[in-house]
Amino acid sequence: MTTAPGAAEATAEQAERWEPVIGLEVHVELSTRTKMFCGCATDFGGAPNTRTCPVCLGQPGSLPVANAGAVEYGIRLGLALGCRIAPDSRFHRKNYFYPDMPKNYQISQYDVPLCVGGGLEVVTGAGRRHVGITRVHMEEDTGKSSHVGSGGRIHGADHSLVDYNRAGIPLLEVVSEPDLRSAEEARAYLTELRAIVRTLGISDAKLEEGSMRCDANVSLRPVGHTVFGTRVEIKNMNSLRSLGRAILYEVVRQRGLLDAGEPVVQETRHWDEDAGRTSPLRRKEEITDYRYFPDPDLVPVMPAPEWVERLRADLPEMPGVTRSRLTEGLGLPAEQAHTLVHAGLAGLLQDAAAAGSGPAEAANWLTNEVLTWCAEHGVDPADAPLTGAALAELVGLVADGTLSARLGRSVLVDALDGRGTPGRIVAARGLRQISDSDRLAAAVDEAIAANPEAAARVREGNPKAVGPLVGAVMRATGGQANPRVVNELLRSRLAAPG
Amino acid sequence: MTAALTRATAVELLAAMGAGEVAAVEVVRAHLERIAATEERLHAFLRVLDEPALAHAADVDRRRAAGEPLGALAGVPLALKDILCTAGVPTTCGSRILEGYRPPYDATVVARLRAADAVVVGKTNLDEFAMGSSTENSAFGPTRNPWDTSRVPGGSSGGSAAAVAAFDAPLGIGTDTGGSIRQPAALCGVVGLKPTYGLVSRYGLVAFASSLDQVGPMARTVTDAALLLGAVAGPDPMDSTSLQEPAPDLLGDLDRGVDGLRVGLVAEEIEDGMAPGVRAGLARAVEALERLGAKVADVRLPHAGYGIAAYYLIAPSEASSNLSRYDGVRYGLRVDGATTEEMTARTRDAGFGDEVKRRVMIGTHALSAGYYDAYYAQAQRVRTLIMRDFAAAYESCDVLLGPTSPGTAFPLGAKIDDPLAMYLNDVYTVPSNLAGAPALSLPAGLDDGGLPVGVQLMAPALGEPTLLRVARALEAELAFDPTPRGARSSEEVRA
Repeated sequence: MTTAPGAAEATAEQAERWEPVIGLEVHVELSTRTKMFCGCATDFGGAPNTRTCPVCLGQPGSLPVANAGAVEYGIRLGLALGCRIAPDSRFHRKNYFYPDMPKNYQISQYDVPLCVGGGLEVVTGAGRRHVGITRVHMEEDTGKSSHVGSGGRIHGADHSLVDYNRAGIPLLEVVSEPDLRSAEEARAYLTELRAIVRTLGISDAKLEEGSMRCDANVSLRPVGHTVFGTRVEIKNMNSLRSLGRAILYEVVRQRGLLDAGEPVVQETRHWDEDAGRTSPLRRKEEITDYRYFPDPDLVPVMPAPEWVERLRADLPEMPGVTRSRLTEGLGLPAEQAHTLVHAGLAGLLQDAAAAGSGPAEAANWLTNEVLTWCAEHGVDPADAPLTGAALAELVGLVADGTLSARLGRSVLVDALDGRGTPGRIVAARGLRQISDSDRLAAAVDEAIAANPEAAARVREGNPKAVGPLVGAVMRATGGQANPRVVNELLRSRLAAPG
Repeated sequence: MTAALTRATAVELLAAMGAGEVAAVEVVRAHLERIAATEERLHAFLRVLDEPALAHAADVDRRRAAGEPLGALAGVPLALKDILCTAGVPTTCGSRILEGYRPPYDATVVARLRAADAVVVGKTNLDEFAMGSSTENSAFGPTRNPWDTSRVPGGSSGGSAAAVAAFDAPLGIGTDTGGSIRQPAALCGVVGLKPTYGLVSRYGLVAFASSLDQVGPMARTVTDAALLLGAVAGPDPMDSTSLQEPAPDLLGDLDRGVDGLRVGLVAEEIEDGMAPGVRAGLARAVEALERLGAKVADVRLPHAGYGIAAYYLIAPSEASSNLSRYDGVRYGLRVDGATTEEMTARTRDAGFGDEVKRRVMIGTHALSAGYYDAYYAQAQRVRTLIMRDFAAAYESCDVLLGPTSPGTAFPLGAKIDDPLAMYLNDVYTVPSNLAGAPALSLPAGLDDGGLPVGVQLMAPALGEPTLLRVARALEAELAFDPTPRGARSSEEVRA
């Protein structure tokens, strides 16, 4: 096999010869109360094989009954993506042997899926692109195998354990058209789809936890051509980052082959996050003929048109609309609106604005401090422990000069840590910004005395040297000194002798 | 007394128990003794449930004494085909691959039988996974025909048919995918009814071919069969394909007669490979119906002849998928191997019999990419044509009449090495499965060899009340004696 060069090594010239063509298949695990075809609970955390029954264990004689709630979720996603809802869709059996699949067939949809023909908009540095949605279909999840003694793969394992708690959990598979042209667009697509799914409240859509999973089909073709090249399917990407890395790797790998005049083999490849490369799945892990046929145990799904229309009328505002409200309505920059919506912070921003905060200020606190805090604490920003009223209060305290920006950050962190509202934290910690020059004069003099070298450099006309002096004053005042006043005092004390 | 109890019908037993003339325990014990006497010769049962049956009977007696409510079949012994799941009680489907398997749940039919207080005396033998027409495909040995123990009882519900014919139980539960209730009923001289698809829940019926499988009653009289069907029929939320509407009233019109009824005689079938004894039986049925005032006229089902070909693509296709769950991972037999694939292959090789393997391979092939349209999809189109044939026939007829099986009971081993000859047993029965419509086999006398002959009545979907009414009238007119009395039947079996 040709060793693929690192993504960064690709030359601009190479990049221009080949156009990547990318389509994504995304599985969304639905947060219905019960499984797709039985009454078992879908909640996580049960001891292995405790969320099971004869149906999801595929016991002889058991029969599936479709979960109307899962059908409803599927229709809502289809409607949100602008799909046509099939008046009469079918369940098929996808036949293949695998130990974590209780029946050795998966109930899925095949030639007549629940939703067909929608699309969504993605925005990247390269601009705006409409990505077609081929279909959204329903299926059941498999169980989960743990292979012991083989680095996680079934081949070569000493033994394997299977937990069927996940078997039968409802999934929606969202298949895009091959409309994506870069790893960045693929990430943007997945981000947007995740935002839509979360807005609908049909899944927690966490890539890292597997409640949203993504396979990518990647091929290359000469720029300007319309015929597709040979496609490779990549599996096992469980974060936005790994999706981007895997596609980049694959694009570079295929480009290397094509430039060398070698063919791309149609195959399924496994992304290894640690090694940062894809490798072919062993033949036995790859199935060529699923022998699909209509599942005779299930009846066609025929949603009443009135029901579909009611679901359409009840759809929440979609992220695209929310974004335009943030940009056009509240005057935020597009990128920031994007960040807020995808982080699930748009609601918090609007609550803060409604509580009297300037939208720009509130947005800045959210996109900087709140996102940082969430990342550090492993909290989904959508679950950030902050109310719009608290954020508005903080913005007010900084705007009226009670708090410096720096103190504001400290208070916000305390608020996120659960120490109360900003007002209470300020009172409890005795935090008030000191703007009175008389109260700051002594600290300024001490800072100059303690840092003669810095003071000398400032006197010599190097204004940047003032930093350590300001820092010393801030430390001496517990961060409460008004930085603007401190700067003015230092400048007047250290003015070059006339 | 004991002999009288085993010779009684379910209706008679219910009356006697209701009047306090006999206890359920006595009834059940008499049948268990009868089973003990006949079983060595017949092997109708894979498992006799002596103790649970007697305990259930004692409970029925206790509740009757206490004036508590009882089910519609309280205390009546019943033979249950071992393809319906019984919680905690081994359910083998006649297969090594499920030897020792104890389901964690009851089939809906089993739960309803329990609610009706029918007493399951044992689980009956069958062709492995209901695939066969002679019960010779059971992994646990064949069942023999009570009328002649050198002959097969038919299949796949041969165990239930033999048990009912041998007076082991007045009632039997069978399943019918392509004739598996009706053909053994015909060969054993009992009544067997394959209901409208969806009338009886399939939940807990171990699947052979899901779009064709139906559970139905077997009995020595039409009224008993109607009573049993009434106890198990009706909507089930656990089965998406069960019909939503309540089951029709099966007993109300039973004795209304057939005067003026239009009967279609399935004409072209008479010409085709039918044994003389079967032809004579059919003629007796026609004459009887005409005597009773029915109008009999020939009808044609132009596509029925393609039924066998379509059936033997659809049923194996569904079976190949339904049976893939037997892989050694979760339950039943496991033969270890170095890899999962090897374990699964070895388990299936050791656990399945030849006929099951043959059908799994046929079905796997028929569903394969590139063959699906030519085989499975084409067979489904034939199915549609057969449904249209029936619809056209019912424009001028109320019921259809024809043979159940081309011949009477054949010797053990006669067809076991010739699958095609065996498959042709189903030629008259599969069209009703493909159409999802009800059909009933009724004894119509004996052939020259003293073996029972069955005739088949067919009706449109949910036509069970008409079907049973015609069968009841015909039964009374033909006055068939269900006592096995063939040359080779033993003294014990003769009762």
